[in-house]
Parts: sequence; structure tokens; C-alpha cells
Amino acid sequence: MKKATYLPAVAGLALCATSAWAETPVLQVLTYDSFVTEWGPGPAIETAFEAECACDLQFVGAGDGAALLARLQLEGPRTDADIVLGLDTNLTAAARETGLFAPHGINADLDLPIEWTDADFLPFDWGYFAFVGNAGADAPQSLRALADSDAQIVIQDPRSSTPGLGLLMWVKTAYGDDAPALWADLSDNIVTVTSGWSEAYGMFLEGEADAVLSYTTSPAYHLIAEEDDSKVAWAFDEGHYMQVEVAGKVAGTDQPELADKFLAFMVSEGFQSVIPTTNWMYPAVTPEGGLPEGFETLVTPAKSLLLSPEDAAAKRDVALDEWRTALSR
Amino acid sequence: MAHSAVPVTARWPDALAGVLVLVLTLGTLGAVAWRAEWGDGLDPADWSAIGFTVMQALLSAFFSVMLAIPVARALARRQFWGRQLLITLLGAPFLLPVIVAVLGLLAIFGRAGLLNTGLAWLGIAPISIFGLHGVVLAHVFFNMPLAVRFILQGWLSIPAERFRLAASLNVPIWRVLELPMLRAVVPSTFLVIFLLCLTSFAVALTMGGGPRATTVELAIYQAVRFDFDLGRAALLACIQFVLCVLGAVLAWRVTGNDPIGTGLDRVVRRWDLARPGVDYGVIILAAIFLLLPLAMIVLRGLPEFFNMPAAIWAAAFRSVLVALGSALLCVLMALALALRGEMMVSIVGVMPLAASGLVVGTGAFLLVFPFIRPADVALLVTMLVNATLALPFALRALAPAVEQIKQDYGRLALSLDIAKGSWVRLVILPRVRRPLGFAAGLAAALSMGDLGVIALFAGQSEETLPLAMYRLMGAYRMDSAAGAALLLVALSFTLFWICDRWGRADADM
Amino acid sequence: MLTCENLILRQGSFSLRADIAFDPGKAIALIGPSGAGKSTLLAAIAGFLSPVSGRLLWRDADLTDAAPGARPVSMLFQDNNLFPHLSAAQNVGLGLRPDLRLSAPDKASVATALADVGLDGFGDRKPNALSGGQQSRVALARVLVADRPVVLLDEPFAALGPALKDEMLDLVQSKLVAAGKTVIMVTHDPADARRIADMAALVTDGQVSAPVATDVLFNDPPPALKAYLG
Repeated sequence: MKKATYLPAVAGLALCATSAWAETPVLQVLTYDSFVTEWGPGPAIETAFEAECACDLQFVGAGDGAALLARLQLEGPRTDADIVLGLDTNLTAAARETGLFAPHGINADLDLPIEWTDADFLPFDWGYFAFVGNAGADAPQSLRALADSDAQIVIQDPRSSTPGLGLLMWVKTAYGDDAPALWADLSDNIVTVTSGWSEAYGMFLEGEADAVLSYTTSPAYHLIAEEDDSKVAWAFDEGHYMQVEVAGKVAGTDQPELADKFLAFMVSEGFQSVIPTTNWMYPAVTPEGGLPEGFETLVTPAKSLLLSPEDAAAKRDVALDEWRTALSR
Repeated sequence: MAHSAVPVTARWPDALAGVLVLVLTLGTLGAVAWRAEWGDGLDPADWSAIGFTVMQALLSAFFSVMLAIPVARALARRQFWGRQLLITLLGAPFLLPVIVAVLGLLAIFGRAGLLNTGLAWLGIAPISIFGLHGVVLAHVFFNMPLAVRFILQGWLSIPAERFRLAASLNVPIWRVLELPMLRAVVPSTFLVIFLLCLTSFAVALTMGGGPRATTVELAIYQAVRFDFDLGRAALLACIQFVLCVLGAVLAWRVTGNDPIGTGLDRVVRRWDLARPGVDYGVIILAAIFLLLPLAMIVLRGLPEFFNMPAAIWAAAFRSVLVALGSALLCVLMALALALRGEMMVSIVGVMPLAASGLVVGTGAFLLVFPFIRPADVALLVTMLVNATLALPFALRALAPAVEQIKQDYGRLALSLDIAKGSWVRLVILPRVRRPLGFAAGLAAALSMGDLGVIALFAGQSEETLPLAMYRLMGAYRMDSAAGAALLLVALSFTLFWICDRWGRADADM
Repeated sequence: MLTCENLILRQGSFSLRADIAFDPGKAIALIGPSGAGKSTLLAAIAGFLSPVSGRLLWRDADLTDAAPGARPVSMLFQDNNLFPHLSAAQNVGLGLRPDLRLSAPDKASVATALADVGLDGFGDRKPNALSGGQQSRVALARVLVADRPVVLLDEPFAALGPALKDEMLDLVQSKLVAAGKTVIMVTHDPADARRIADMAALVTDGQVSAPVATDVLFNDPPPALKAYLG
């Protein structure tokens, strides 16, 4: 971003300037890394919000979604963050438990395949986990068919990556007590387990596997940004587990009104219209012009799966043990 | 009053270096433990992680050293055009960021890699790289260059006079000269690589093919990032420390006394150089194994190299500054500690190897956060941490050289009343130039590729090149990321080369 | 007068007793079998080895606890007498200024000293561009500029050929002994002692005997020396 302080002198001047002009309020948003890059939604959203808030919106990147929560917990109540943006529903139970969040108080008309009732966390985008493979190749029709096939896949570790955890919940939700059996059958399909999404996706693109765990919206990136229609998401009969990405207001914020304003902005046009082609997810509120061209080609699952935050938290450890046991053999 | 056999230098630089190392290793661990809510002890999964960690580290260290011995021997025995460049190039894999190296390896050994393409062409079934053998292969790829370098130094430190003597007596050079040298050099080399592999995380996970390849470092990562269980993280980090100490003690026990004396190394002429084919064969195989993945990284990165976003160049500039700063700091600390040269120094010098990168980063964050906005000190902390993490290697290169100077010239300097500053300026610095250049280059290159600390501290305007590359990957931009990876490799290598070159500039030492 | 007063030196299990006085302005040879303690005595005089008991005196001043560099002593070792990375002139200059910050007059004295040992114009050469004899001359030039009253020679010329060695010994005689320095040299060759030493002291069995005139010692050697000379 263009706010780098190049010299201590400049910093000093800026400091004088701020105190002289009855300070521009600063809103700090703690989010994941890819949100704040120049290719992510951050820059456009910053420009749009600053145009109407008379404030300075600062994004702070903190690794991926899982790292985000850890970072907040490290900082504790002394955190400077006013908003935390980028947790998903598998993490919100733990986030709520920290007691660091306040209710968002927004009543918005959300375009989610499910009903949203969480008072603390407000969605800004969502998507379906899916295996992404190459067009023209045999695509299994279900998790079960994948497990029975010879297809080679790369997945992420649920202990270090949010998609990895998403797949864990997907299998658990779809198969319940039979999840260990499915994992056992899947184990010979799994080429390897990476620590993060980037490594897995990179390996898939380099031809290491037939498919990679990602999102149904991933092909949209290749289609729209690279004009490449060779990547497709596999639609599975069991339905697809959802990732709903949310933001929450930090209870101890020194800018409560500005934070409320930001959350309201988050579910408005200025924010939502940026999401599809920068974060490559579905916007929580469909923009006035509809979704960008290319999104209509994406697979839409017949069934949306999602555990409540509390269920997800309760089932996580068991599911993780099953996964580890099945894949360690 | 007992007189020491060397000029006395000021105490504060090594004390300062020691304190910094302690703060960044044990201090950060303490900070994490202090914030922890202590729960249960270790579960069976942790124990299997410990078992896997030790086993893969032992195997990796074993193969790295065993394969490095013939390569170092061949390089020590043969003179050929471009030998120096080849030695420098062979060191490159050690300087690579993990994710870059893994992709380079996969381009050779992966499903769509050169090897399997070749096998398919011959009608042979493809082989899978993933599993314990893949972990070991990747670790050997990373660490064999280091082993070659250390062992080659051992070989070159055998004075030419000894070879002459052995030849005139017609005794087997291998048994009389080379084996004792290896006995002195191999255990510490083994230890360094064992420790490096002990704290490995991404390589083990990515190449291991699943959760059975869980290392202690990954368990720490999980504890911090996913469970926010700092108690468990601290406990696991302690276990890593204990494993490291055990390894260090063992290595010291089997290390014989260094039998290598000084000699005037002019031209190392040898009389046992029959069968050059074997030596050149070994050198060519090593070059293929170590350089081909590197070549793939270059090929992969070239197309997008000049189309990368401007932010990449800014990040690269920042990374170079951090690398230079941490290299300077690292050699200053290493020099201070080497001048002291006591038992404590060798302990302090090994500790950073045993530290968990994640615990160091988390602990540093906890130490800094109450006082300063972490992003404000991101680059400074990165510099300090990287300087400390590279310290074992710098010490490994510098300490024996300094020790040798003390032995050779300590009394002369004392009798001439060359003291403190003059001793360092007139004698030590000019004479350690070679290892100093090597150490600085290594520290700079290692710092260039580091992702551990900066990821936790950096905001947008403190982004370094590895972080920028990683963020590109996270935004689907794999081609740009490949370009950034190439830039990263090129910069790391250039920094190393310049420093190393500077060290060797003065030929008439 | 340099005096070792009831000096007892110990290195591991080896111990040496020395109660001996060295006349100023004379060359004294320490002779005896290897391992007898000749070098140990020099190390103690130079300050590298603290005596267990006894005192070391120079003109009535107690040197026992003085640091090596603070003693009125120059020493040449068996090897490593020159820093290989410094030029001949710099190596000599260290005898004047240990920090090598040489003034113009300092540089002039260095050049004079080099010329004195026959190395006029060799100042810019590094040691490895000099022959063994020339290297020894550089070391001697440094002793000259340091101008300390006591010079210890721990067989610095042992690696040179006989003719070169004699040449160096003659240089020691003409430049140092003649200039009034007290030169104490370790040797195991009676010819070296005869060539320049006025006095010689026998070192055997952990004991340093009183120095006697060199001719007297070798013409009528005591039994221990006789055994050594064979």
C-alpha cells in the first residue's frame, strides 16, 4: 500500500500533521494475507470506504485464516484491531470463546444458501469447497466415487489450513460415523498433504495430481483472469461443504461507531462488488449488476453442507483423530 | 597472575551476542511458556511425531553426510576449469527457500517431472516421490551441499606436507590422513544436519505424503495456530531442545581431537590420483542432483520474470537490506564469540539450531507486543532473528580459523604488545577474511529466504520477498510467484557469491 | 642484569628449577637435550608461563607478574615469526608501534632496519614472496627497531641451511650483541653456541646450571653434557 513511511522525518511530520488537524480516526482491520495484497480486495475496498468515512482504513495482514485467530489471541484484549475479518465458521466458536468480540448489530439481507443468525459474526463472502481438476478428464461424481477411483489428489492439512479443516468437516458431515471408512479408502488417492492452500494448488498446477482441494469458484480465476477454461470443479452428490467467511467487531475497539459503519459498508455494494474477482468467492450480498461474467459457468452444488460453529468445534477433535488414524496406516 | 596465550579482547561484544542468542532462543520459549495455560501432557500422536522426527532426521543426516564424503573427496583431489564456480554453485540448494526447493525437486522427481517422463518413455512404471524416502531426498538435497562444504574444508585443511610424507612412506593416505580428518569433521557435520532436519516442518509435511510424516515442529505449529495451546507448544519446543542437546552431547563424545595441524598450503600435490574417471563421475552425478532442480526453477521463473508487479521489486529491495543487516550482525556476533572461544560459546552457537522457528517468532511477538506495534519492528526483529539463526553456521566457519590464529600468532602478538583493537584489526580480521566472507554470504542468503518471523510481524509496507512470493501464490498467481522465486534465488545466490568472493579475493594469505 | 631467582616452573608433570643470572650485553646459549626445558625457561622469561615460585628480576625491577608485551624482551620463535598477510615493512613496523599507526620517522626507521639486515627495497613484499633466510632477516629487523635490551631466540633459524644459519647468527652478533643487547639463545648445536655465545648454560634434568664461558664448557664438558654430546 502507499502508506509506507519512507523516512523517520516523514513519520515525524505525519505525526505533527495528525495532532495539528484534530486527527483523522484510524480503523484497523486485522485480516488474512491474501486479502490485503494488491491483487486482493483490500486496495479497492480501502479507497471506497475512505471516500465515505473520513477515516484512515488500515488493513493488517496476519497469515491465513487460522493464523488470524492465533494472532488475535496472542494480542489479547490489548489488540489495536477494531475489526477482525476473514475467520470462517469452523473458527468462530473458538473466536467467540475468547470473549474479545461484540455483537455486530447489522440486519442485512444476505444472499447465502443458508439462513444466517449469528449475532457476533457477519459474513462478507462464501464459497463451496471442491476438488478442482482438469477439464476433459474423468471426474468422479462423489466423495465415495473418488475414494474408489484411481484419481490422485492433493489436500491440505486440517491442522494448519482452513480448506484442510473444511474437507475434514465435509467428510464428517456427509458420512458421520462412516467417515473413518471413507478416509481409509481415500488414503490411496492422496498424493500428499500440504501445510497450506498455496503449496497444494501450486503442485496441482505443476501436474503433481489430478485434482486439488480448493473451491468451486477457483475455475473462475483461470477463466476470467487468465482466459483459461481448462480447470473445472468436481460436483459431488453428497453435497459440498461451505466456507462462510465472516468479520467481527472487537469489543474493546476505540472506534465503535466507525467499526459499525465499516460492518454496514461490508455488506453494501462498494465492498461486495469487489469480492468476486479479487477474493474469488461468492459475495454475501449479490451486487446490483449480478455476478461477473464467467461465474455462471461454475458448478452449483445440489446440496449445501455446513455445521454450526458449535457443532464444528465439538466434532473437530474426533474428526481429526479419525483422519490421522486412517491416513497414518 | 596467569597470562593467557592470546591477546585479551573486550568482553562486552561476546556477552552481548550471548545475551541476544539466549533471549531469542530460551527467552522466546519462556515468553510462550509464561503465557501458556498448562493442560495435559503429550498424547500418543505427539509421541509418534517425536519418533518420526528423530528417525527422518537421523536418516537425512546419515545420507547427506555419506553422499557428501565422496563428492568432497573428488573435489579435493581434482583441479579443473570452473572448479571454484562449481563448488559455489553446489552450495546453492542450502540457500533456497523451502517451498521453492520443493517445487524444483518436484519438477525432477514428481509425477510430471523429468524422471518419470523419462521412465514413461522407457515404458517403466512411474515412481512416487512422496513418503519417508521423499522427505529424506528433499533433506539430502537441502543439506548435502552444507556437508560437502564442511567436509571439503576438512580435506583442504590437511597440509600438503602430510600428503608428501604419506606418499614418501608409502602408507595408505585414506587410513593415515583422511580417516582421522573425517573422524573430526563428520560428527559435527552430522549434528548440524541432524538438528536442521529435526526442526523441519514444511518439507516433512509436503514430501511425507500425509499425517504419518508429522514432525514436532508441525505439532508446535498446530498447537500455536490451530489450538492456541501455548502450553503444548512450549512443551513440544522443550522436547525439541532436549533432542538437540542429546544430539549435541553424542556428537561431542564421538568427535576425536582434531588431528589436523597447520602447514603452508601452497599447491596440494598428491600422489594417489589414479582413476580420475571415478572422481569426475561422482562430481557429475552430484552436480546433476543438485543443479537440475535449480535449473528447473530458473526455467519456470523466466517467462514472468520481467512482468512481475512493482511491489515485488520493492519487497526485494527490503529483503536485500534485511539480509545485509543480518549478515553484518551475524558475523559480528560470531567473531565476538569466536574470539572468546570457550565451552559456553559452543553451546550458545548450537542453541539457535534447536530453536523452533515458530516458537522464536511467537515468543518474540509476545515480548515485543506490549511495548511496540509489531509491524514497526518487523524488519529489525527479522534481522535479529535471522542473524541468530545463521550464527551456528558462521561460528562453524569462523571459530576454528580464529582458534588457529590464536595458536599460531597469539604469543607473537603478546610479545609485540599487540592488544585488543589492534589484534582484531591487524591480525584476526585479515586472516579470517575467507571464512568471514563465507559466513556473511551464508547469513545473508539464509536471511533472504526466511519466512518464519516476518509472516507474524509484517504489515503491508514491511513485506519481504519471500512473503510477497507466498502472497502471490495465495492469490492464484503461480506464474508471478515463480518469477519471484527466481528473483529470490538469484538475489540469495548473488549475495552469497559476492561475500564469498570478497573473502577469497586476497590470494596470498 | 636479568636474574632468575629461585624460579620454579611447571608444565604438566614437568618441572624446571632455575637460579641464574644473565650478564647484560652478552650472548648466552642454553644447551641441552630436547625436552630438558630450554624453551620453557624462555617462555617464562618472555612472560608466557607464570612461575610456581621465585622471581624474575631485570635491573632490580620485579618482572614476575608483568605482561609479555610490557617486558624489556623481544623474542623470536621457532616458526610463525611473521604475519603472512602483512608486508615485510609492516611486520617490522609492529616492533615500533603495535597498532601499526606509523609516523613518517617510524617508517624511516623501518626502512633503515630493513637495510641494516640487507633487505633494502624489500619492504613491500609479503613473507611468502621472500626466501626462508630473508624471512628471518625481516624478523631480526623487527627486533632491531623494537630496541628492547633482552632478546630471546628459541631456535628461530633451525630450519635454515648451515651457511644461512651461520649468516643469521653473525647478523645477531653484529647487530644485537655488539649493540649491547642481552641475547639468550636456545640451541642443541655446540657450533652455534661457539659461534656467537660468550657464555653457555647447560639445561638438563629439570635444572639450569650456572653459565660458564662457552669455550670452557665445551673443552671440559661436565658428565651430563658429555652424555648429550656423545
